[in-house]
Amino acid sequence: MRKRAADLACVLIALVVAFPLYWMVLSALKPAGEIQAADPRPWTLAPTLDSFRRVLAVEDFGLYFLNSLVVAVAVVALSLVASFLAAVALTRFRFRGRTVLLVMLLVAQMVPVEALTIPLFFLVRSFGDVVPAVGLNELGSLVLVHLAFSLPFAIWMLRGFVAAVPDDLEEAAALDGASRFRFTWQVLFPLVAPGLVAASVVSFIHAWNDFLFAKTFLISGTDNRTLPLGLLVFFKPEEQDWGAIMAGATLMTVPVLVFFVAVQRHLVSGLGGAVKG
Amino acid sequence: MLPQVTPAAPGVRTRPARRGPQRGQARAAALYLLPTSVILLGLLAYPLYQLVVISFYDYGQPQASGAAPLVFLGFDNYVTLLGDPQFWDVLAATVVFAAVCVVGSLLVGTALAVLASRANPLPRMLLFLAALGAWATPAMAGSYVWLFMFDQDFGIVNEVLGLAGHSWTFERFSAFGLVAAEIVWCSFPFVMVTMYAGIKAIAPEVLEAAALDGASATRTATSVILPILRPLLMIATIQSIIWDFKVFTQIYVMTGGGGVAGQNLVLNVFAYQKAFAGEQYGLGAAIGVVMTVLLLSITGLYVRAQRRTS
Repeated sequence: MRKRAADLACVLIALVVAFPLYWMVLSALKPAGEIQAADPRPWTLAPTLDSFRRVLAVEDFGLYFLNSLVVAVAVVALSLVASFLAAVALTRFRFRGRTVLLVMLLVAQMVPVEALTIPLFFLVRSFGDVVPAVGLNELGSLVLVHLAFSLPFAIWMLRGFVAAVPDDLEEAAALDGASRFRFTWQVLFPLVAPGLVAASVVSFIHAWNDFLFAKTFLISGTDNRTLPLGLLVFFKPEEQDWGAIMAGATLMTVPVLVFFVAVQRHLVSGLGGAVKG
Repeated sequence: MLPQVTPAAPGVRTRPARRGPQRGQARAAALYLLPTSVILLGLLAYPLYQLVVISFYDYGQPQASGAAPLVFLGFDNYVTLLGDPQFWDVLAATVVFAAVCVVGSLLVGTALAVLASRANPLPRMLLFLAALGAWATPAMAGSYVWLFMFDQDFGIVNEVLGLAGHSWTFERFSAFGLVAAEIVWCSFPFVMVTMYAGIKAIAPEVLEAAALDGASATRTATSVILPILRPLLMIATIQSIIWDFKVFTQIYVMTGGGGVAGQNLVLNVFAYQKAFAGEQYGLGAAIGVVMTVLLLSITGLYVRAQRRTS
């Protein structure tokens, strides 16, 4: 009897929690007339892709989507290589100062990066004088800062995976005449693939969701806007096109949702804490 | 803060027999750590240092564009800040707002974890799927969905409650409440998933033993389950504090940059507005320093307190 009550509560709460998402997708599919109607209904009999068409064709949302994708993928690729190398150094090599570095990595994860907007704005501005591709209004600037933000956690997370590879394997590889470099890339790298995937997902989501730094760095021109900035532009003071906003929000949510479902098994083991913000 | 990767002077500690490979390892480690060091020193450590430096200067638009020389102010920006009643108002609002969000996420998350542990697999899976969806929703998308649901003219909530024309974002507390609800919605799943894993990891024998000893349900919860779950609860609490203290997107989007006359500003948005809208970069940096110090001390204190009691 108590179990049945718990079941019922679970289902009801699940419906409440999922409702905003349902409402988002539903509103994106409703024809404009139903959204403006005084009595919103929780269903629609005339689903249409008009809102999606409007955001993709009229509002350049496809371009913003692509921009967000470019930034996130670049962050993932660069952070993968850098964090893997660092994790190998910190787990498999003995050298002085290793513990100090590990503590610094932990502290780096606690720095509220949002507070660094002002110095990073000026830093990126001066980068632009030397290398235009990473200056203000360029996607490269976002890649750089998100790379820096994602590294400490990615290294911390990969450490466990790299440490789990037995030392015997390295000795066997050395006996077979493999250099340390070859061992690192041909043996270690494929073995820690699950860790790399999980770390990549975290980096991707951070870069994908970022609004603050996009808003700060991309100040003029519209060609390099990322998704969150694109959404912000839809939101006009008096007459909101809610259908378009919901279609844009849906387009922004889908990739993250796919990633979440893909890695849900790992969500608890340490990874969970990093995915948000 | 340069990484110390080179071995110490020979003969200090290393044994002669191991010196060769050790030195090779140190060299390889230095090479492997190079990309990360460059990025973290340049884009994390240096900006952190710069944040403090800028906060000591009169740094406005003329200085930012190089038209006027920088004037060192010492602690003047901090004096201005601490003498500004709005700063104290925003600080208080930030602390209360973050506290409400943290407590809300922890309560909802833990309660639902307990509920999930008592339900059958299918309803439990539905709950987890829904939570996963809320968790995955980007802050930007979530903010707009909630704003739309509570829209004064076309929102479903006003329709159901019969409050047509009522604005949820106009009044200070109702606007903060709406943002807090959105934040709890997307933050509780992390707490829930973490606590659920903790509850599942408790050996049934432990609970049986407690029952055999005649412990009541409350006694079992407070004296057996809670101590076991404490480390996980600590992680969830710290994470929530870190997220909720520096909320930016939700406040910025849902209250239109800080609400009517800045009534819904929190520190992070306040610093942004001072710096990039008000062009007082020095003052904005000072707010950033205050925020960083506060956040690091809250986290530090909490970790210490937990370590002492456990």
